[in-house]
Amino acid sequence: MYNASDLRKGLKLQFDDEPYVIIDFQFSKPGKGQALYRCKLKNMITGVIVDRTFRSVDTFEPADLEERKMQYLYNQEQEYYFMDVENYEQIMLSEDQVGEAKNFLIDNLEVDILLFGERPIGITLPNFVDLTVTKADPWVKGDSVSGDSKPVTTETGYVLRVPPFIEEGTKITVDTRTGEYVTRVKE
Amino acid sequence: MSPASRNNATGADPERLLARKSLLQLRARVLQALRVFFTKRGYLEVETPYLIPAPAPELHIDAVAAGGAFLHTSPELCMKRLLSAGYPRIFQIAKCFREGERGGLHLPEFTLLEWYRAGFDYTDLMKECEELIRFVAEYLGHGEVLTYQGREVKLERPWERLTLGAAFERYAHISVEEALESGRFDEILALEIEPHLGSPKPVFLYDYPAPLAALSRLKPGEDGVAERFELYLGGGLELANAFTELTDAREQEERFLREREKRASLGKKTYPLPERFLEDLPRMPPSAGIALGVDRLVMFFGDTGRIDDVVTFTPEEL
Repeated sequence: MYNASDLRKGLKLQFDDEPYVIIDFQFSKPGKGQALYRCKLKNMITGVIVDRTFRSVDTFEPADLEERKMQYLYNQEQEYYFMDVENYEQIMLSEDQVGEAKNFLIDNLEVDILLFGERPIGITLPNFVDLTVTKADPWVKGDSVSGDSKPVTTETGYVLRVPPFIEEGTKITVDTRTGEYVTRVKE
Repeated sequence: MSPASRNNATGADPERLLARKSLLQLRARVLQALRVFFTKRGYLEVETPYLIPAPAPELHIDAVAAGGAFLHTSPELCMKRLLSAGYPRIFQIAKCFREGERGGLHLPEFTLLEWYRAGFDYTDLMKECEELIRFVAEYLGHGEVLTYQGREVKLERPWERLTLGAAFERYAHISVEEALESGRFDEILALEIEPHLGSPKPVFLYDYPAPLAALSRLKPGEDGVAERFELYLGGGLELANAFTELTDAREQEERFLREREKRASLGKKTYPLPERFLEDLPRMPPSAGIALGVDRLVMFFGDTGRIDDVVTFTPEEL
């Protein structure tokens, strides 16, 4: 159980049976009056942002959240399947829930799946993932429009800009937080 | 732990401390200005103890316990004992301590200017407050019009005077009576009313409902209203709280007991009654007193919205 004085940015709470994270927090106290805790909260399932004002007498349930190590298996249309590496249980995330992460999901990739109770609601990728380039146009020397980089497509269908020397079949490391090329993988 | 690793842990690196220098210089000049103003007017500067056996029991103000006593939440009680003893004009610039108060405008350790004057009531103090802040502005080299956080503040007298009732009528979706009954007074004051207060002119919000009067006199001939005001500047910056002081010791003791009961019913710490203050109170002349947030005054003249910018160290940096 949390008290109002525990409220701060980043704290995860549960109310109306849903998990919320505090994304903005302001303490205020009108003269001689009671403390007010004005929060912007993001629903961790729907992403909807709400404003709520709490008072010093209010108490809160911590959100029932757990992160579990899982392996990416495959996707079927808009459903992405993962397997718990401990107990081999499988879970499914929708394409919306996977979001940008779908650009980096390669077979057997180990990820952290966020569970609310038993329900999977989010995914955290490793910071760096190695992807194989499946399509790359040859570099045209002196092409001043494209500068010193060119677009390639990876095995996941993700398109990004890389240095001109990257060719089809090359393995590259990509930063999943920025989506940018980091280096060529030396094998 | 080496000094370097301690710095890293708190983030209070020398550059950050030095970046506050111009605001700390401003702070020093504001303190000088305050002392010049009061000394010129025949006020005696006093220092009362910070460590006291019994703070005034107020529902929403929590004292920090220290060494079997409490750090004062305001120098109010000791200053009133001086008034009772025959000091008619006194001022103090004191560090005060309140538990759990931390935000953009709040520090658990902050600086209050308090002054008391025998023979004054709260309307006299409104005028003296105007004179004080105009004096500080002039001392700092400002004209009559300032900008605070993008909003204009005209210091030309007289400043606006607005009763609580009128403020609720003007800005809130319910009346002050309805707000009190539903227990939403503070919420509506903070969210619906305060942001409108103090621009383009500073405003005295006055005549508070009697239950919110703590240590102030009830207004003669007007039911349920206390002679209390708050000063707001620049769109929601609450700067000062003032009363025509209650001098009836029995009434004061009853209020303290009521506040203590309310604290207990909310599961809050209760404090011993300030007995000596109550013993001295019958000798206190009719007077008025005011507490003004010095950190916030520096924020106003330094045009910053964060109290962290006007102190040497925040609690997180210690």
